[in-house]
Amino acid sequence: MDVQYINPFLEGTINVLKTMAFVEPRVGKPFIKKDHRARGDISGIIGLTGVVNGSLALSFSEGCITRIVSNMLGEEITAMNGDIQDAVGEITNMVSGAARKKLEAMGISLQGAIPTVVTGKDHSICHVMAGPSIVIPFETDAGPFAVDVCMGENK
Amino acid sequence: MRGVCYTGKKTDTFNVQEMVVDKNIKILIVDDFGTMRKVIRNLLKQGGYTNIIEAEDGVVAFKEIKSQKIDFVISDWNMPNMTGYELLKAVRADDDLPRVPFLMVTAEALQDNVVQAVKAGVDDYIVKPFTSEVLGAKIEKIIKKYNAQ
Repeated sequence: MDVQYINPFLEGTINVLKTMAFVEPRVGKPFIKKDHRARGDISGIIGLTGVVNGSLALSFSEGCITRIVSNMLGEEITAMNGDIQDAVGEITNMVSGAARKKLEAMGISLQGAIPTVVTGKDHSICHVMAGPSIVIPFETDAGPFAVDVCMGENK
Repeated sequence: MRGVCYTGKKTDTFNVQEMVVDKNIKILIVDDFGTMRKVIRNLLKQGGYTNIIEAEDGVVAFKEIKSQKIDFVISDWNMPNMTGYELLKAVRADDDLPRVPFLMVTAEALQDNVVQAVKAGVDDYIVKPFTSEVLGAKIEKIIKKYNAQ
């Protein structure tokens, strides 16, 4: 996987969370993930198609996502509920859109699919493309989350 | 305070740029994600807009627009049943409807989407994520444009 694909997703994630949820995430050191285990309690996953194919997943810890959604909605949410699932789908959609805009400026035009949301401890994320994905870990004051990207050239 | 709705008449003494928009206009939010509708509703409230109704897709929204006076539409693009783009085209093609201000709010920032929406008659376009200031400024700009016509 080409590392040039990573920065647009990193920047898109920070931009979406700062603007919509007033959360300033701190980025950790990216690493290559070879298993399917999600690094969070709830994940939003979206397929990307175009000159390259792939998928993007955002996995949030419960503490992190309840803070983000509370800030977005302007009301205190303390437990995982339908609003949180809904918001994870929308956040994934927004990060995908923001990243694809940046990728388009790099000459890489991609379409985004409809996001899906998976919840539960130790759930799995299966990317469209075979092979390892790159995970960008983030920290917030309310807990960690991770951006998990897997992209590959069309054969 | 001077209150001017987009349906109000412009007088000679008014400078278009100085017009104050009526915060009581009826705004229809169209989005399939309930949380996004809540987020937009909150952002509108921060800007002083409280007369708000919601629809979860273009089909429901079109019925609302046909059955009551809607002053402003804020619509997502990607939705099941009828997309925001299809809703925009349906509203613009309906001769029985007055030209209602239509703001597209979407994560789709690709150039082709913008061109497509403009050709279909969208008044403006906001790419998610956005702040209440950006949303408020777009609404005021559109309403002032309608007032000036």
